[in-house]
Formats: sequence, C-alpha cells, structure tokens
Amino acid sequence: MSSPIRIVLAKLGFDGHDRGLKVVARMLRDAGMEVIYLGLRQTTDTIIAAAEQEDADAIGISMLNGGHMALSRKIIDALAAAGMDVPLIIGGIVPEADREPLREMGVAAILGPGASDTEVAEAVRSAVGSRSA
Amino acid sequence: MTDDARITWQQAHDAGELRDVPFETMSGVPVDPVYGDAPYPGQYPYTRGIYPSMYRSRLWTMRMFAGFGTAEDTNARFKELLRSGGTGLSTAFDMPTLMGRDSDHDWSLGEVGKAGVAIDTLVDMRALFADIDLGGVSTSMTINGPANVIMAMYIAVGEAGGVERARLSGTIQNDILKEYQAQKEYIFPPRPSMRLVTDLMRFTAAEMPQWHPVSISGYHIREAGSTAAQELAFTLANGFAYVEAAVAAGLDVDVFAPRLSFFFNAHIDFFEEIGKYRAARRIWARWMKERYGARSEKSMLCRFHTQTAGVSLTAQQPEINIARVAIQALAGVLGGTQSLHTDSYDEALALPSEDAARIALRTQQIIAHETGVTNVADPLGGSEYVEWMTDEMERQAEEIFAQLDERGNGSILEGVYHGINAGWFQGEIADSAYRFEREINAGRRIVVGVNAFTDGDSGEGNILRISDEVEEIQLKRLAEVKLARDGGAAQSALDALIAAAREADVNTMPAMIDAVNAHATEGEIVAALESVFGTYVETERI
Repeated sequence: MSSPIRIVLAKLGFDGHDRGLKVVARMLRDAGMEVIYLGLRQTTDTIIAAAEQEDADAIGISMLNGGHMALSRKIIDALAAAGMDVPLIIGGIVPEADREPLREMGVAAILGPGASDTEVAEAVRSAVGSRSA
Repeated sequence: MTDDARITWQQAHDAGELRDVPFETMSGVPVDPVYGDAPYPGQYPYTRGIYPSMYRSRLWTMRMFAGFGTAEDTNARFKELLRSGGTGLSTAFDMPTLMGRDSDHDWSLGEVGKAGVAIDTLVDMRALFADIDLGGVSTSMTINGPANVIMAMYIAVGEAGGVERARLSGTIQNDILKEYQAQKEYIFPPRPSMRLVTDLMRFTAAEMPQWHPVSISGYHIREAGSTAAQELAFTLANGFAYVEAAVAAGLDVDVFAPRLSFFFNAHIDFFEEIGKYRAARRIWARWMKERYGARSEKSMLCRFHTQTAGVSLTAQQPEINIARVAIQALAGVLGGTQSLHTDSYDEALALPSEDAARIALRTQQIIAHETGVTNVADPLGGSEYVEWMTDEMERQAEEIFAQLDERGNGSILEGVYHGINAGWFQGEIADSAYRFEREINAGRRIVVGVNAFTDGDSGEGNILRISDEVEEIQLKRLAEVKLARDGGAAQSALDALIAAAREADVNTMPAMIDAVNAHATEGEIVAALESVFGTYVETERI
C-alpha cells in the first residue's frame, strides 16, 4: 500500500474527554497517517458520512465513560447498514472482561491507557491490513 | 517588623480554638505551630496558608466525590461515606446530566447513570438527598453548563424539607470557562454562559450566604494535559475573569469574592505541586488587593479543594495507585488545602468500587491522624527549594497573565474569551499533553508499571459495573414524572424562564427555581435557555 492510511478520529455523543484522542491524533500523524479529526460530539451519522466522504481506511473512537458496549454496537450496526467495511478501533477505558465481547461484536482493535505510540500505530496498521487481506 | 508580625500571628493563633489533641511528635516532643519567618500563615499574601493555625484548629474536609447509577444508589453511597467519617458530600453526575440533557435524549443511550448519578427532575434530586439533613452537611456538586438548574433543584429539595436556602451550605462548580478550555462540557456560548454564572453569584450573594457559587477549577485543565504552571495560571486567570464579570454585573468585589473558591489537582511531582499551591495563594491575594481593589481580607484568600490526579493512575498494577494517591494527597496537605478528595486505586479501570473508595478515604485519615504533618502550618516554608519553586511557579504564571492581559487589551476577562475562541488554551494544553506522552514513549519519563517495572500485574479484580437496568429505571421514572405533572404549569414556568433569559438584567434564578418546582426536566430547561442563548460548537483542532 503506497498511499498513507487515512483514519477518522472522533468521540461519540456527550463525553468531552479529548486528551487521549488528541494525543492519538498526533501519534498517528507523526507515524505518517492522514488524520481526519472530527473531535467532539459526533454521531454515528457524522462519523460514517466523514468516513465515506474521506474514503477512510479506519475509524477510531475514543470512549471513557463506560458506555463502550452500547456505543460500539451502535456504530458497528450503522457501518453494516451503510454497507461499509471499515475497521473500527476503540480507545479508552475498557474493562478486561468486555474486550472479548467487543471483538466478537466486530471491533478490530482496543487500545487501553498506556498504549505507546508504536502500539497505537501498529494496531491501526494491522486493523487496516486485516481488512484488505 | 518581623517581631510585630510574630506578635500579630501569635494573637491570631491564640484567638482561635484548637483541636483537642497533643501537638507533639510520636516520641512526645512538643512542636511549635509554625517555624520560620514572616509573613506567617494567615498573613498577607498568605503564601504560608490562609489561617494562622491551619490544621491545628481544623483538619481539611475529607470530601469524597461519589455518584453512580440511580439517585437511590448514590444516596446509599453518600450515607456510607458519612457513616465512615466523611465530612462533606460531593456529587458526580452522569454525562447526560452534565450536558443538560435528559435520560431519554438520543445520545443518552449507554450513558445513563454510568459515570455519575442521573438527574432529570426534582424527583431524582429528592431521592439523591433523601434522609440526609441538608442543614447539617455541606454539599459539593460538580456540574457546570447546567449548574443553575441543578442549583435550583437543590434549593427546592432543601426548602421542601424545611431547610431554607440561607442555611444551605456547599459549593457548585459552575466554572464554565475551563469547560471551553479543557473539560469540554459546555452548552451555551461563553458570554451567555458567563451571564448565568453571574446570575448565580448575584443570587447567592443576596440569599445564600453559606454557598460557594463558583469553584474555579484547575483540576480538569491539568487532567487534560497542562503543566503545573499552566494549571495555576489558567485557573487564576479564569478567577480574575469571574471577578471582572461580577464587577461588571454590578457586584462589589468584597461582597462576592469571599465566596469564591478554587479546585486544584495534586499530581505526582511533589515539590512542584506544593510550590503551585503556595504560589496560588500569593498571586490571588496580590491581584485581588492590587488589581481588583479588594479591601476585605476574606476576598484575598485563595481557599481550595484538592483532588489527586486521576490521570496519573495506571490501569497496570492498579493497586500501586494507592501509593501514588498517598503521595499526592500529602502534597495537597503540605500545600495547605481546605478539602481533599483522594482517588480510588481502581479509577483507571472504572468508577471506584466501595472497597477502593474506603481505602482512599483511609489514606487521608492516615495523613491526618498518624503522620503528624498537621501539627505545623506550612512545614516546608523556608526550605530554599520550596521557596524557589513557589517563586518559579509565580513567575511562569505572571508571564501567562501578561499574555492574556494583552489579548484582552487590559481585560483578563476579554483575554480569556479571546484565548478560548482562538483555541489558544486548548492548543497549549494539547501541546503539553503530547510532550508528556512522547517523554513516556521515549523512556525519558518512567511510569512505574507502564514503561518500567511491569512485572506483577494481577489484572483488575472486582470493579464496579453499572447495570443497564439503571437506564430502564431512570427512563420509566422520567416518563412517570412527565405524566403526573401539570403540563401547563411546567410550560408556563419554562416560558417565564425564557422571558427572564431575554432580559440581560433580570436574574434567571427565581424563574429557574419555579421551573424545577413545576417538574420541568433539566433537558427542557436547558432547551428553553438554548432558544435564547444558542448552542456552542467548538472549532476542532488537533
């Protein structure tokens, strides 16, 4: 793949904790990716529209408040409804016990607190790679 | 001069009541209430503390932040905290409540009762404080965008229980400026938000002498990634902005300033934090006196609450967070805090479990009752390093004030508005956060358990999980309230609030209290205000 990976980054709904998302945005940009930073208060519609318009290779959503199960389900359903095969990566505070159910739901990668810049970039690359495989 | 200061200090110290405990080391050696040079604690510019005898008279308030699930769940946690020696309540609201939306809003799905307690109507608020004597506790409520709505509900609950508003004591955060800068829980644009803040300041100045209408908060600025000096400077600049706004709204500085309080972070760099608190007191006193013409000593006192740094807690080896919290809490105490929340060790994983919250409170009790650090006010004052650090914090903060003053052409308030609109604060904070992260990634900064000493991670143990049932219960209750209320009365109360909001010089608080008493929901009240004030949308920048 010669063109850089394009990733949409957003937070869904009310949660305003954007420190992690901004750090990840800069990490990915520094890793050579093109970051479409939507930021706060996005909806499944705005995220999917952006991913479609920007021809994104991946979507990254940051979550902190314990709503990750319901919110991940919502966006995965919306992606399916739009017929889009774009991997969803979630970052934030996700308890260990929820990780497997999230993967089964179709979440491509889960990044927790303390993930390093290389881990973050690698997770995105491999999520994008597994799709085109 | 110094002798005079000592005599004045001694008189002030002797005039106060002391706790009935021996002020001696554990080996039985008596210790003085203060050591070192003037100005002493309780003397301008209060670098060494705002009271002459500090913790000898009164320990800090051990105020543990709690809130989850339904109002009944949180009410039970409140009672548990009061039983186990907590001396004040502190309320965490869920995301929809913080954003001024009801539990049945589209975006509320998955968020109801998750990160705090869900409050939609007066019925929820009544359940939250059921069987707690509001005349006998002080309550802190952490909410900003819709602060006045929640304040109105608290007043209504108190009055329905026979506690008149003048007797209610506590703090509502209501610090909207840092929302645009850091925490991002804004609703209306900055200027109308500021009008709501000044409405509450005017209202409490007239009717609620024991209430703190704004808690100017650096905590979230720091959590969002700022440095210690940025936390200090942005917070105090916001404080100056509220002072300028209140004065412009016609309030006398000495009428409202004594009710302002602050909220700082206690991060892990021990001496930097202590220098930060000492500098905060000195700067606030000087600016209040010299720039804002305060005459009352009470206007010059920087009273503050401290919370240990949630962001410093690691998901890896979570139990080692107990040590981090203890060190951070000690910095807050040595820095002279008036109240303290200690984080629970499991907070990088979830909301605090009951056991973890108990350990966090016990940590404060160990500092208060075992370590002896409460015997002497400002015990680190006079250390060349601590004094240098204090000066250095002040110097960096003054540089930032000068920049904001210039942005605002001589008005800090305008400078802060300008900085928000230009994304300046947000950018400064994001730059600092990224620099910190890069240092960790490059191994230049060690975080134990994360990039060093990683053996021994035993997983997360029992964490608190909020069942999705909470959402069902809450939705059902909201629907019942809407059905049972007099819909016409709720609508007229909302119309009256809109009319009040349209008139810049009318205080919206009385209409707000009427609206909550008519069982208008939080979301309806906020929507009514949005119809006048508009909704803020941030220009996003990485």
